[in-house]
Amino acid sequence: MSLFRRGDQPEFDPTQPLVATGNLGRRHAVSRIIQFVAVAAAVAAVAVLVIVIWAVVSHGAKAIDWTFITTGYPTGVGPYLVGTAEVVAIATLMAMPIGVLIALFLSEYAGRRWTRPVQLVLDVMNGLPSIILAVFIYILIVASSKQQSGFAAAIALAIIEVPLIARGTQEVLRLVPEAQREAADALGVARWRSILTIILPAASGGIVTATLLSVARAAGETAPMLLLNSLAKGDAVQLNPFKEVPNVPVRIFQLSEEANPEGFTEAWGLSLILIAIILALGLSSRALLNRSKRKMTR
Amino acid sequence: MSATPPAGTASLKLARSNRQSPARKRADRFGDIALFVICAAAAVLALLVLILIAKEVIEGAQPAISKFGLEFVTNSEWAPPLEQFGGKGVILGTLITSAMALLIGGPVAISIGIFLALLAPTSVRNVISPLVEMLAAIPSVILGFWGLLILGPVLVSTIEPFLHDTFGFIPLFGAPQTTGNSVFNAGLILTIMVIPIIASVSRDLFMAVPRDLQDGAAALGSTRWEVIRGVVLPTTLSGMIAACLLGLGRALGEAIAVAQVIGGSTESHLSLFKPGGTMASLIALQFPSAVSKLHTASLYYLAALLLVIGIAANLLASWVGQRFGGAGGVAR
Repeated sequence: MSLFRRGDQPEFDPTQPLVATGNLGRRHAVSRIIQFVAVAAAVAAVAVLVIVIWAVVSHGAKAIDWTFITTGYPTGVGPYLVGTAEVVAIATLMAMPIGVLIALFLSEYAGRRWTRPVQLVLDVMNGLPSIILAVFIYILIVASSKQQSGFAAAIALAIIEVPLIARGTQEVLRLVPEAQREAADALGVARWRSILTIILPAASGGIVTATLLSVARAAGETAPMLLLNSLAKGDAVQLNPFKEVPNVPVRIFQLSEEANPEGFTEAWGLSLILIAIILALGLSSRALLNRSKRKMTR
Repeated sequence: MSATPPAGTASLKLARSNRQSPARKRADRFGDIALFVICAAAAVLALLVLILIAKEVIEGAQPAISKFGLEFVTNSEWAPPLEQFGGKGVILGTLITSAMALLIGGPVAISIGIFLALLAPTSVRNVISPLVEMLAAIPSVILGFWGLLILGPVLVSTIEPFLHDTFGFIPLFGAPQTTGNSVFNAGLILTIMVIPIIASVSRDLFMAVPRDLQDGAAALGSTRWEVIRGVVLPTTLSGMIAACLLGLGRALGEAIAVAQVIGGSTESHLSLFKPGGTMASLIALQFPSAVSKLHTASLYYLAALLLVIGIAANLLASWVGQRFGGAGGVAR
């Protein structure tokens, strides 16, 4: 007697003694099969991760040496690395204050009435395909100035980063004990002083975590870079963000479109560097988050 | 005791020192207003950007919208030199790849969620959870590159012939091609991208299901699966739908990885093993080299359609999570 097929069983009579249904073996078997499937699914996901990372490491390690990292096109990829760091840094500098302010608005000012719409805007923004952001910034900036630039790409990346930073910050702001706010209020500290000197510092670990995660996400974004910042040749470091800045994701994409084995090796090498940076950012942010959470809940 | 002043004067002194000067009061009032305005402005800015995105993209698409109208969706001819643009092929490709990602990825991801939240011991969960999330951190361009060089050849040499021989009577499993760049490959790459998203959301959902309910069901003699089937899944159904919609939004909008592995054709067909295209990937592939104003506008048209679908999926996810949110009403 399955518990959940209520239709085809007689009315339950609580006065009757409980009787074994006789198909316990089958039910256990079903349960065990499902548990096995769940384990298998988890193993499969981890296996895919291992296979992909292994492919990148084993192919990429062959490409990487000192000249590969330090020289420019055609022998190395230095300018791409510098360019990616530059564009992502600009994007983060724009996104971080805005993201933190939105989080502050949500946690400190918005009552019930305003939380939901703002949250919804953030969710929609977070869910927007990056290619659409790329098209948007193209229309807004590149089409009118007739000039691709790292700065244009940085704006698109900033739009990607804002909801991530805002959400992460909001989550740690929620962890700041209510007692601290009340204590500040009781001492007669003005709201803005308590926010800037008590609440924000308490949440700083979480803000850095959220920012690191958003940097990891932005560093690998290809669509905005492809539409807004893809014409640089990569033979020299370009520090002016208002010109085309060479960058890693576009280079990998372009190399993968050319059927050239030597190019593939370079792309594997770039992939390895990019993935290493992104995973390092992810792991360090996780460690940081655990530490600051422990500190806050102590 | 004689050294301490009488209690009355002490409290008076304290009160006096605590009383704020008018200047400081004014500064505080100004500071309060200023910080509020700045914070609110940031929130409004986000809304404005969203509105501006919709306005600009739809305006950019205007030439194509007025020329092709809604027939754009049903016309399958995409011929830039002839100024003929119809999106049926790529829209179909988008639907097929996304459906594939959800149909394979959804059940797998929910199984992973079940494993992580309900079956795995804490120590195992603490290892596997970050690994699954790591899968989401792999940049799409690298996943696409891997799909192109590693997955594609494997598919062509083994999996596609097998599927064709076994299920060849279904038009989806047409004759295998010589190249690994296919709709099938793109669907699998999207599956890999969708799984960690749905898995981590559903893990959180399942963890939020009250322990008492599960214990109650177990005490009534339910097996583990019956607890999951009877208690955990029904209470989290809305959240899982929301999670799948989030995954869908991701799959619909992924441009780069798909562009790398799908082969970049705009032909309208049902075969999984032929090259195809999706709306997002076509924008990524053709935008940099668009040949005419109308070509660009047609790509904007695709972007506008994608935008509408993407926003709709997100709103729907939020609405489902809110409206039917039970024990696990948290959408993310």
